[in-house]
Amino acid sequence: MRSRSELKNYQHEQHYFRIRLAVAALIVLVCFGILAARLFFLQTVMYEHYQTMAENNRISVVPIVPNRGLILDRNGVVMAHNFFVYTLELTPGKVDDVDATIDEIGKLVEVSALDRKRFKKLQAQSHSFESIPLRTHLSEVEAARFAVNRYRFPGVEIKSRLFRHYPENSLGSHFIGYIGRINDRDLEALEKSGDLSNYKGSDHIGKSGVEQYYERSLHGVTGSQQVEIDADGHAVRVLSSTAPIAGDNIILTIDSKLQRIAEDAFGDRRGALVAINPSNGEVLAYVSKPTFDPNLFVDGIDTESWKALNESIDRPLINRPIRGIYPPGSTFKPFVALAGLNAGKREPPYSIPDPGYYTLPGSTHRYRDWKPGGHGRVDMRKAIAVSCDTFFYGLAVDLGIDKLAAYLGHFGFGKKTGIDIHGEVDGLLPTPEWKARRWKQKWYPGETVIVGIGQGYTLVTPLQLAQATAMLANNGIAMRPHVVSAIQETTTGVSKPIPTTVMDKVAIKPEHLDIVKQAMHDVTLPGGTAASVSAGSPYAIAAKTGTAQVIGIKQNEKYNEKNVDERHRDHALFIAFAPLDDPKIALAVIVENGGHGGSAAGPIARKVMDYYLLGKEPEPPPPPKTTDKETPPQQAPEEEPLND
Amino acid sequence: MISNLFKYVTKHVDSFLMGCLVMTLVVGFAVLYSASGQDMDRIFSQSVNLIVALAFMWIAANIPPQHLERIALPLYALGLLLLVGVALFGELSHGARRWLHLGVAKIQPSELMKIAVPMMLAWYFSKREESLRFPDYLIAALLLAIPVVLIVKQPDLGTALLIAASGFYVLFLAGLSWKLLVGGGVLAGASLPIFWSMLHDYQRKRIEILFDPYQDPLGAGYHTIQATIALGSGGIGGKGWLRGTQSQLDFLPERTTDFIFAVFGEEFGLVGNLLLLTLFTLIIARGLVIASQAQNTFSRLLAGSVTLTFFTYVFVNMGMVSGILPVVGVPLPLISYGGTSLVTLLLGFGILMSIQTHKKLVTT
Repeated sequence: MRSRSELKNYQHEQHYFRIRLAVAALIVLVCFGILAARLFFLQTVMYEHYQTMAENNRISVVPIVPNRGLILDRNGVVMAHNFFVYTLELTPGKVDDVDATIDEIGKLVEVSALDRKRFKKLQAQSHSFESIPLRTHLSEVEAARFAVNRYRFPGVEIKSRLFRHYPENSLGSHFIGYIGRINDRDLEALEKSGDLSNYKGSDHIGKSGVEQYYERSLHGVTGSQQVEIDADGHAVRVLSSTAPIAGDNIILTIDSKLQRIAEDAFGDRRGALVAINPSNGEVLAYVSKPTFDPNLFVDGIDTESWKALNESIDRPLINRPIRGIYPPGSTFKPFVALAGLNAGKREPPYSIPDPGYYTLPGSTHRYRDWKPGGHGRVDMRKAIAVSCDTFFYGLAVDLGIDKLAAYLGHFGFGKKTGIDIHGEVDGLLPTPEWKARRWKQKWYPGETVIVGIGQGYTLVTPLQLAQATAMLANNGIAMRPHVVSAIQETTTGVSKPIPTTVMDKVAIKPEHLDIVKQAMHDVTLPGGTAASVSAGSPYAIAAKTGTAQVIGIKQNEKYNEKNVDERHRDHALFIAFAPLDDPKIALAVIVENGGHGGSAAGPIARKVMDYYLLGKEPEPPPPPKTTDKETPPQQAPEEEPLND
Repeated sequence: MISNLFKYVTKHVDSFLMGCLVMTLVVGFAVLYSASGQDMDRIFSQSVNLIVALAFMWIAANIPPQHLERIALPLYALGLLLLVGVALFGELSHGARRWLHLGVAKIQPSELMKIAVPMMLAWYFSKREESLRFPDYLIAALLLAIPVVLIVKQPDLGTALLIAASGFYVLFLAGLSWKLLVGGGVLAGASLPIFWSMLHDYQRKRIEILFDPYQDPLGAGYHTIQATIALGSGGIGGKGWLRGTQSQLDFLPERTTDFIFAVFGEEFGLVGNLLLLTLFTLIIARGLVIASQAQNTFSRLLAGSVTLTFFTYVFVNMGMVSGILPVVGVPLPLISYGGTSLVTLLLGFGILMSIQTHKKLVTT
């Protein structure tokens, strides 16, 4: 009974199922019928139409990379330009055996182990259909020799590429910067900013300095070309094209000649110099020593050169003016003086007897003056001229750290200056609040004492120091420092000047300014700490010397002991502006481990001022000093590798 | 001895189906060779894929359907678990989360679901066949909807579509009432705007451009335009093997995978297309015959669903290449380059063979 009903049920169900299957089969046939009809329509009725389209379809769109803008100094001297070179490029996807092909190419043109290594590295980063340079800078002979044999190498081509070149080599390498191959991080950034499509076909991008900061202007607008291609994929005919718009030229505020004089004045010594036109913020010279050759980076730097640069004890890759941080030492005193005067303290004729040391009330600890026995009776003007420590110890304590720090902050200490170069650091203007946050410790009165002479936690960049000096020279008005004066459209030749902007204004009473400026002039007169600097000068100089103790020796212990001792020497600092009455140039100089500011850094400043104000070129440089092969700035941050 | 071995190997292989499959695969390799620009590496790696897929097919063909019935539920549960795993820990690539790293291997659980979902639904209906009521269809729909939604979210519209189709076919064959079907159709039509609002921008764009590919000739419409040019310029007789200008000159994107049919159509013309369509029709016809002869509900439903899903593959791919359906990422079965889909497809055919060749063992 049960089995019969099951059987019946089964038959019924199978019957029902088969009806459904039949419906499904019908749907399949209808759908395939539609498909067949569509294909019939496309391939017979529309055949002619699509046949013509297929013929016309042998068109491909190729990007045309714009010429990168030039970088010129203020007088039109070329600092960065482009030139065409032949490169031998290989598309891995079109080559059967890449290694064998390279071996074969090596018989025609020289392919070094280094070329091979670089190629492999690029190949790993690229898609197989991308054309990758194997050899660059082919000579005419090599190019011709390969061209004759080209038929043997499908997938290998000679291309003419635009290369960046820095004709002045290492001159000003830290502010000009360099370009390098676009890497993944750059691509990400371009995608975010929406500029990716404009970089189709571009291989390089600014990696540092002006090249990086003004990348948008320098790059230009990529054009495109519609090309008819033959069955092998080679372009036969250009059908239409949109011309690229070449990148803008960048005109620097810097005078390359002045820059060279400044760099030469350093000789082999390490350090930094920044010279600024106080009235408009134009940077006139920007030195970071030692320098490096930016041409090394354009093509992808080789490991050995990179290692040599990156691991050098002299740290040539550090952009010292904006990333090197140093205690300002006594160059801080004019600013501390203004803080005091502004608070109504120490106005002349106020004076103190200097016993050669200072003690905090209720303490016996003696803060020593640099001159044992002291300077005798000292007023504000003399205190600056002879760099009296005792005077400023007392002033700092009298003002209190908060008031002092607040006032010094107006001069830009402890914050970025806003210069048009990326990577600037803040420096440090210490306050009790900072110390509590950073070290979770309370502030001791003794720490205020030494801030008065620019020691302790205080750290400045050479650019900050130059900028503060320029502000002082410009009667308290801060102009934004900049290394680029104008952006020039290549096509029209029209220059768009970079506007000079007032960043800040500190209200300083003219009589206070006068006291400090006169005192700084006294520095360069007989009896002052930098009397020798102004010897024979037809213009009046205002200056301040400084000596910064090298701290943080611990970091150096990994170095050779002998070196440590030598590199232990103080940093020499020097700030100045001239002419006194109508300042045209303000500058800050730091010579690392140079000893005393007046004798080590002063003469460099003088050479720069002489050329800038008088057009006077220095005598041929003296034979290089050899004793001074030493340390990096102790607080200088580790530079990140900038190559790929 | 050798003939014994041959017998053993072919015992559960359906010769008619196998014959059609082999012919289609041969065509596939010929087209792949042309589409890849005569790349022997491609051919080699596709051969490896094929060997693996054939092994899976053979194993499936040798498992009796009642064993398949037993693993339906655990397989479905495992697939669901892995899909949740993908949603949580999946590897993100090209904006989609489809792959799951399992220590040694990377797997794409949505592929597993292509087999597991019809198996599960077929199992469910075979369990409930004595007392099938309306709520059972609801439960079945839910069993189908969960994996589909998870896959849509990945997002992988092509796969979700195929799985939804495979599940729908089970419901349809199990006897979902015509009233409900028509009602559902109307409801689906009404909910189209909601569906539209749920789509990703790129998916919407694809549909818009389907109606007017010239809206974006260098962007999203490029695929469709180039593919129709390739097909149309093939004419009746085709341009000849390795002679398709569209295909050989790099104009055709994804020409070894989703758009391989355009290469075939350009080089072999309308004649080739109709022959290929006939081959596919034969395969489908054989599948439907196997389904109609199957001896229990589970086998019937599973065989019917596997066959009709294969049809969906073919129709959706050829439809999108010839410009009558939107571009969704569905490969042309047995022809497109790629290991995963080949394995799933041949596994399905293995199940069909198992259902066909184990028949006598079931009946008494």
